[in-house]
Amino acid sequence: MQGAMEDFLRALRAADVKVSPVEAIDAHLTVATVGFADRELFKDALCATLAKTADEVTRFDETFETFFARETFQLEPPPPAGKDGEPEGLPPEVQNSELAQMLLNGDVSALAQAMEAAAERAQVSSIRLSTQRSRLTRRMLEEMGLGQIEQIIAAAKKLEDARSQALVARLESGKKALTEEAQRFVERQHELYASESGKNLREELLARKALNAEGGIDPADLVMMQALVKKMAKRLADRYSRRRNKAQLGHLDVRRTLRRSMAYGGMPFEIVWKTKKVEKPNIVAICDVSKSVAAAAQFLLTFLYSLNEVVDRMEAFAFSGRMISVNDVMDEHKVETAIVEVLKKIGFQQTDYGKSLEDFCDLHLDQIDRHTTVIFLGDARSNYADPRVDLFATIQKRARAMIWLNPEPESYWGQGDSVMQRYLPFCHVAKPCNTLGQLERIIEDVLRTYIPN
Amino acid sequence: MASVDALIEGLAGVGYIASRRIATALYMAVHLQKPILVEGSAGVGKTELALSTAALLSLPLIRMQCYEGLDESKALYEWKYGKQLLYTQILKDRMGAQLAEAGGGMDEAMDRLHGIGDLFFSEPFLEPRPLMKALREDDGCVLLIDEIDKSDEAFEAFLLEVLSAYQVSIPELGVLKAKTPPIVFLTSNNVRDLGDALKRRCLHLHIPLPDAALERKIVASRVPGIEAKLTHELVSFVQSLRTLDLRKSPSISETVDWARALILLNAESLDGEVVRDSLNVLLKFEQDIAAVEPQIVELIRRPLA
Repeated sequence: MQGAMEDFLRALRAADVKVSPVEAIDAHLTVATVGFADRELFKDALCATLAKTADEVTRFDETFETFFARETFQLEPPPPAGKDGEPEGLPPEVQNSELAQMLLNGDVSALAQAMEAAAERAQVSSIRLSTQRSRLTRRMLEEMGLGQIEQIIAAAKKLEDARSQALVARLESGKKALTEEAQRFVERQHELYASESGKNLREELLARKALNAEGGIDPADLVMMQALVKKMAKRLADRYSRRRNKAQLGHLDVRRTLRRSMAYGGMPFEIVWKTKKVEKPNIVAICDVSKSVAAAAQFLLTFLYSLNEVVDRMEAFAFSGRMISVNDVMDEHKVETAIVEVLKKIGFQQTDYGKSLEDFCDLHLDQIDRHTTVIFLGDARSNYADPRVDLFATIQKRARAMIWLNPEPESYWGQGDSVMQRYLPFCHVAKPCNTLGQLERIIEDVLRTYIPN
Repeated sequence: MASVDALIEGLAGVGYIASRRIATALYMAVHLQKPILVEGSAGVGKTELALSTAALLSLPLIRMQCYEGLDESKALYEWKYGKQLLYTQILKDRMGAQLAEAGGGMDEAMDRLHGIGDLFFSEPFLEPRPLMKALREDDGCVLLIDEIDKSDEAFEAFLLEVLSAYQVSIPELGVLKAKTPPIVFLTSNNVRDLGDALKRRCLHLHIPLPDAALERKIVASRVPGIEAKLTHELVSFVQSLRTLDLRKSPSISETVDWARALILLNAESLDGEVVRDSLNVLLKFEQDIAAVEPQIVELIRRPLA
């Protein structure tokens, strides 16, 4: 049971259920307490010890069902007994081959056991890639003794009497059933242990995928990337939502200490120290939504809006020729489709950074105060219009920090109609940002500046 | 506590209809001596489970409601500062007299001072709060830490020692360990995600909204004397409400309240008027009531679940 339990825990970890060593010990204790005679009880008890959120419970249930699923073999029933003379008619190899005996007798449970044992010897549970499936199936079957069966079949085929032919037919059908079952077995193992690592690999690739690639992002990738962005945001939120107050040890809060001491006749029994509230980030995002930047803008917005636990206030604006508030759009639509809606309103305009900054300064400049971090996303290609650097400087003066994210690599900045070099002196940070990985890193930097060390 | 089935029966005896999963989790918690973290939306019977367990085992229930700003002086112990103050004053007077009596030099006075037992930090001056009370119950108890998600992260970290070793350290006195570990229930409404460290120390139980059959049993057990026909009708009405897109779906406690209200209104079966009059027991948002009202007749006519 020990080995099976460990495999099960490994399968759970592969399915993203966090199982720590302590919980593994608990799981063993659980099995010792409830035993495994009652499947339902066994499952519920393990679930209580191992799965710690509603999501994990669902994943636990799925993994449990797959892991402990054992289909029975579909074998032809053995010919009716009575022909007592038959065993002597069989070639001696059949007597020597356990597998052949099992197949001919239709001993389903023995076959299942033999398969488990063979799987362990062939180390099927260490499967990583889908390409390993056929090799592992073959190895498992060889461990079970398929070679002998093949020899018997070959030998029997040469003898042309009816009895041998019947034997060949039965062994062939048994072999077929066995192979199919072995394939299903390996497939299940792959699902249990490897599907998640494949997914992780894919996510890693997506995190490095260029957002402004020619032809846009594949719709199938898009769904996964949206999920990935949410996951990244959750990770950051978990990390930065922990501390609300920072104790400044050593600074006596005289006012509160005196007030507390009233209860004890003026004796300062309870000393109160000053604490400082940790400020939550206050973010204004201004996104260019021209064709090459739209995808990055979409992910930036999804990211920022998924951070609501750690972000105090979040305002978003989008522009191409003119500027509009994304918050208004968001009231009606989900964040995943916000940019599409914005594009419906202001798409197909010629990008004009100067005009857009004018719009912003006229209407929304009051959104920015000394607590606000402004994140500007754009390629700074203003079609040779006046970039209005003076307005950009005004915004920078009011804001706590000015961060420019540019989807283009740094070597392109300032080339052609790019006015990046002129905005650059007014940015606290300017970084190329063309993959989800870069996006995550920059947002983490923003969050970190708000956390006192 | 002999088996899960016995536990289901026992809980039913004290008026709590438990599903198998609930009973199994409780069974494991008792046998592994681990706290049990109960999650689920409001009103599915998280707190009730702890109350019923206490009733079943006839153990005292100690309840601690968590809220933002709860700290160890309110959860664990506090010194009785006032009495300590009085004590030092008495001590001062008595010591003055005694030391004066002794005469002699400063050294002798100091010897006497050390000779007098120091009671300033001692158990009589300790004001036990819920956690400490629970650890001091020699025959065990049920400790309910309600809505742990409302407390601060710092408090969560502080709970770890109590939950894993059933002991607390009081700097002035040393370690206080429970003779019989209490059965600990933590409940959470998922206001915020709890830390992994806390989750790891607990068994986890998520109580979902019940299916129709279980809910009928719960209503029958909680509202004695209700007609089976009415129970059937009202439960299937509530079940169909849960399929609608509402701000707050009615949970078990609302169903039970509604059943009681219907009995007060002398309703024998559901009809449009009775439902309309008592809908505010079931739904807690104006928008929800407005959304459901036009559909009442249709919902009643639906075949019973």
